[in-house]
Amino acid sequence: MSDKKIPKPKTYKFDTLSLHAGYQPHKNAGSRQVPIYQTTSYLFDDVDHAAALFNLERGGHIYSRISNPTVGVLEERVASLEGGTAALATSSGMSAIFLTVMTLCEAGDHLVVSSQLYGGTVNLFRLTLPKFGIKCTFVKPRDTGGFKKAIQKNTKGIFGELVGNPGNELMNMPEIAKIAHDAGIPLMVDATYQTPYLCKPFEHGVDIVIHSLTKWMAGHGSSMAGILVECGKFDWMQNDKFTTMTKPYEGYHGLSFAEEFGPTAFTMKARAEGMRDFGPCLSPQNAWNVLQGIETLSVRMIKHCSNAEEMVKYLLEHKSVAWVSHPSVPDHPDHELAKKLLPNGRGSMIAFGIRGGKDAAVAFINNVKLASHLANVGDTRTLVIHPASGTHSQMDEATLKFAGLSHDMIRLSVGIEDIEDIKNDFEIGFRATKKPTLVSNQ
Amino acid sequence: MKFKVNNQEIFASTGGRQFDKNKPLIIFIHGSGLTHMTWVLQTRYFAFHGYSVLAIDMPGHGLSGGESLKSIEDMAEWVSSVIDVVGYKEASLVGHSQGCLVTIECVSRYPNKIKTMSLMGGAGAIPMNPELLSLAENNDPKAVNLMMDWAHGPAGHFGGHPVPGLYHINTGSMLAQSRNIKDTLGVDFRACDNYKNGFEAAKKIKIPTLSILATDDKMCPVKEGKKLADLIEGSKVDIIDNCGHMMLLEEADRVLKVLKKFITKNYPPATK
Repeated sequence: MSDKKIPKPKTYKFDTLSLHAGYQPHKNAGSRQVPIYQTTSYLFDDVDHAAALFNLERGGHIYSRISNPTVGVLEERVASLEGGTAALATSSGMSAIFLTVMTLCEAGDHLVVSSQLYGGTVNLFRLTLPKFGIKCTFVKPRDTGGFKKAIQKNTKGIFGELVGNPGNELMNMPEIAKIAHDAGIPLMVDATYQTPYLCKPFEHGVDIVIHSLTKWMAGHGSSMAGILVECGKFDWMQNDKFTTMTKPYEGYHGLSFAEEFGPTAFTMKARAEGMRDFGPCLSPQNAWNVLQGIETLSVRMIKHCSNAEEMVKYLLEHKSVAWVSHPSVPDHPDHELAKKLLPNGRGSMIAFGIRGGKDAAVAFINNVKLASHLANVGDTRTLVIHPASGTHSQMDEATLKFAGLSHDMIRLSVGIEDIEDIKNDFEIGFRATKKPTLVSNQ
Repeated sequence: MKFKVNNQEIFASTGGRQFDKNKPLIIFIHGSGLTHMTWVLQTRYFAFHGYSVLAIDMPGHGLSGGESLKSIEDMAEWVSSVIDVVGYKEASLVGHSQGCLVTIECVSRYPNKIKTMSLMGGAGAIPMNPELLSLAENNDPKAVNLMMDWAHGPAGHFGGHPVPGLYHINTGSMLAQSRNIKDTLGVDFRACDNYKNGFEAAKKIKIPTLSILATDDKMCPVKEGKKLADLIEGSKVDIIDNCGHMMLLEEADRVLKVLKKFITKNYPPATK
């Protein structure tokens, strides 16, 4: 058969899905914009209808802790963009990670975790999850073989950030996915830095993707939100490791999530059990705010990435800069891997070391005027922080070193301002490093 | 639950409830390349409202063992065997797409065994687009992409799944790729294409019949569904607006409402 004869599917593409997925105006009074369903609860038609909803016999909404129509549009939209079967939005990225772990694990279980993560995530895995009886082994993101060695009999999954925060080290997703699948466990990846525009983790073997939607997906820096997205390929019934997915669940009249819901089983369990029992629900207003950002995701990401590559060139040539870490730099250890995993751009997070160490870093941060000094990334505005005294300040020296942090490191989230204005602002910061006794402008 | 048919282990969802031989049996038969999971928004309801439910994975599909059956006639015989194997003398059948062809054939062969017949997106024949058939038989994932495109109506392409957070097209695509495409979809499409007895079989059918059709169904258009329904004495037709071939998910509530009314009237549930 010639290629000419093969019809092409006319399913919607990325930019169209960013604007439309998950929403049908004709079912919402013709409202072109997604309505904000600011309500706690939903009328039942009758007692039978109520019982059917509670028993997962029918789809629909009961109470906004479990689901909400505005939040549902966001969930479908992100699932469509990732190429996933289902998604569950949460109040923050951290609650999405927590809910993922609590859906997967029980007391006595173990996880293999990348060492290069956002500081809050490190604390969750290192200090908080052990309180629930869930232990973790940390492995450096580039130590692919180390992930395999760390797997134990009770290991239930591997977790990491595709591009580690803040050092920009990449996990070799396809190889680590194979390691996970050979061991009969899922790979979970926090892909916040990439968004589905830059990387499609499911195409590289990932089973669960997590985002802090607060960052690039929303872009505007106005709203907290998180989400977990399910690929739908992982076979929960292949072994006896995931009995809470495969065996009858007392909380729903003996329901087996894997048998009943197959490719959406994980999300169904996370919602039915996790949202019901823990309740980290996303407000409809914040879901709507995030949807406004997602509408322009691809155009923003293109600008973020082009500005980031300009800043990389600028920093590499700057005499006040000791080193620059970004996957677009040819001598970055993961440069080639990044080409494969991040075909649409290498992202807008840059880590760089400033000559003069911590004092110089502090002076730089305290004196830039346009770049905002705050604990966030992925805003449309340029952001800077000194991780060792900010986002990762709760780590001791040894943990900082293991996580790949140094005291001269500045984390830069490149915004979409005019590139010349960002560079001019950085010149002010660099000049201040020559006079480290300057008083803070904060 | 699992049971054996012709020495092959078969899986069927019981709708999340223990299978109870004292209740009337409804068997749900999925479409080409799909599995029992397409029925989740119908089966659980009936299982909790006085029926025993089997949403079967056809041989070689989903969680069932064996190889895919190569003809609609074989599938019809196999469905009849399922009824015997689980210890029943009669059942109601609900089919979707290819499952409708199986249902029609089974009812025409065993008129006393089947009490009601519900067809969703059903026609008397399902001739396959030759390119689509070739892609499926060559294990090409494009076959699944095309099927998902054509199987969902314009509204379904936007999403709006009745279960919050689920995205229609990707979920369907994953179901259709849960096994080798050529071994499931390829074999099923060929079986549909080869089946020529639908209209003749329909003429023999006298049991209560419901046809649910959808205005945006490209795979089994309304006019084809009506042509079939016109051959079945006393059959009822329900047409859903703004919906495609995957009506059991795209308009799950509407489908359940119509199905519930039809089945409970013609094949009453157990009272206890």
